[in-house]
Amino acid sequence: MSQFPDSTLAEQNLQMSKKSVLELRNVNIFYSDNQAVNDVSFNIRRNKITAIIGPSGCGKSTLLRSLNRMNDFVDGARVEGELIFSNENLYGKEVDPVEVRRRIGMVFQKPNPFPKSIYNNISWGPLINGYNGSTDELVERSLKQAALWEEVKDRLHESALNLSGGQQQRLCIARALAMEPEVLLMDEPCSALDPISTARIEDLLFELKSSYTIVIVTHNMQQAARISDYTAFMEMGDLIEFNVTKKIFTRPAMKRTEEYVTGRFG
Amino acid sequence: MAQEEYPDAAGASQPAESPAARSIKKSGVLWGELAIKSWLASCSFISIVTTAAIVILLLSETLNFFENVSPGEFFFGTTWTPLFEPSSFGVLPLVWGTLIVTIGAALIAIPTGLASAIYLSEYASDRMRSTIKPVLELLAGIPTVVYGYFALTFVTPVLRNVFPDIQVFNALSAAIVVGIMVLPMVATMSDNALRAVPISLRQGAYALGATSYEVTTRVVVPAGLSGVMASFLLAISRAIGETMAVTLAAGQTPNMSLSMFESIQTMTSYIVQVSLGDTPSGGVAYQTLFAVATLLFAITLVINIISQMILNRFREVYE
Repeated sequence: MSQFPDSTLAEQNLQMSKKSVLELRNVNIFYSDNQAVNDVSFNIRRNKITAIIGPSGCGKSTLLRSLNRMNDFVDGARVEGELIFSNENLYGKEVDPVEVRRRIGMVFQKPNPFPKSIYNNISWGPLINGYNGSTDELVERSLKQAALWEEVKDRLHESALNLSGGQQQRLCIARALAMEPEVLLMDEPCSALDPISTARIEDLLFELKSSYTIVIVTHNMQQAARISDYTAFMEMGDLIEFNVTKKIFTRPAMKRTEEYVTGRFG
Repeated sequence: MAQEEYPDAAGASQPAESPAARSIKKSGVLWGELAIKSWLASCSFISIVTTAAIVILLLSETLNFFENVSPGEFFFGTTWTPLFEPSSFGVLPLVWGTLIVTIGAALIAIPTGLASAIYLSEYASDRMRSTIKPVLELLAGIPTVVYGYFALTFVTPVLRNVFPDIQVFNALSAAIVVGIMVLPMVATMSDNALRAVPISLRQGAYALGATSYEVTTRVVVPAGLSGVMASFLLAISRAIGETMAVTLAAGQTPNMSLSMFESIQTMTSYIVQVSLGDTPSGGVAYQTLFAVATLLFAITLVINIISQMILNRFREVYE
């Protein structure tokens, strides 16, 4: 099955690959005997936001979690194919998964701050990884990047668990940014948040785009349309269509895509 | 679509046939209910009444004891010879005996138990875990007298090979077997505490490029610390109250020696000694039983209350 029915797009993709941070080539993911992702290939471009959309159970979160080897913690999960990142296959025998996660960060669906102070939530990752600059500066910079600084600057040493859900999620983003990752993966980061917190995080993603590459899984098509540059539409583990977001939402090549983005199913 | 899915929707909205026909008034006093409720309540009061009776008995006999012996001598005296002349009632040697056995047991059970808990919750595969946990529970189910016998017939002879001048009854073998005895408690309770730490916290830490060791020691154990601490305190409380194994292994010599190679006597083994012996009831020697028991009760009660307070705090962390 052709994943890129638009031949010019395939050519574009080829040219893009130099600007790509991550290249997925024929990725298959299995949970024990069940195949969750079937033969998916596309490229993730630097300093762009790539959204992965699709109905529940389509494999989008599974695919996202394979990008920084978080599936390693799921018993029976197996990844085949190639995920090329800085000239290496992420699943190559010589690759250190810990190093992969240092460079490809992740924000989860539910905010998961550590039961530590706001300050220590930010500084923890860099410190265990040998950061020896000024942690005060690092904390301030990361919190400013995540648009949380003004709200918490006077209570940095209070527990992060006292923050609201939206603030906790921005703290988790700040925590990931403190590691200065090359790619930031986000697994439905707004699904547990109210509309105002969601809008703040979407604004934030726009600003982060200039310095980071973002891959976001979202259930919310309006969100994908608003914030992303590229969109991958998945269904039943297959990549149905990958294209620039505008095209996916205005002139999708596949009928299934059109039906999904216009809300006829899913 | 919606209409097809709920074909009865229209029908259900019509009132059911004469709803007022059945009365909602009580049809009389529900004697059966009342009887069951009273019976259940009286069962639950049995334990309260028993506890109260024990506490009252202990306290009243202890008060009688302090009419004969001054609290100063009891709490600060360093000689414990209540059963023979010249009698002396300093409880410190018994407290000391209990203390060194408990500390020795804690030194064995706490690090080993915590390490097992970390292994079980963070590193072991499900299969390994389902093998180890039942074995630990089996260890917890061995009667304590068996541990005492094990200390006398196995641990002490082995220790003798290493330390030739160790006594037959000694504090070290008692500490070792009590340590082994409370180990499953530390391991299973700490394991439960660590497993209660949400998976999402571990994932958050891994996503920041942490190794398994860093995730465990810097995130999971601190997050589960109150449950882990509570398991330590309950294990210590159990070690303090442990009787049979200590009586068999450590002997009955009230002693403030620093050496763990010598025989000592703990508060519990003193109670065994008097209870089994021919001490006439009513005398001061007999009353010492209650004074020591009250002290033991007070110590374990305080430790249990502290661990309960720590556990309660723990419950609030993620809610």
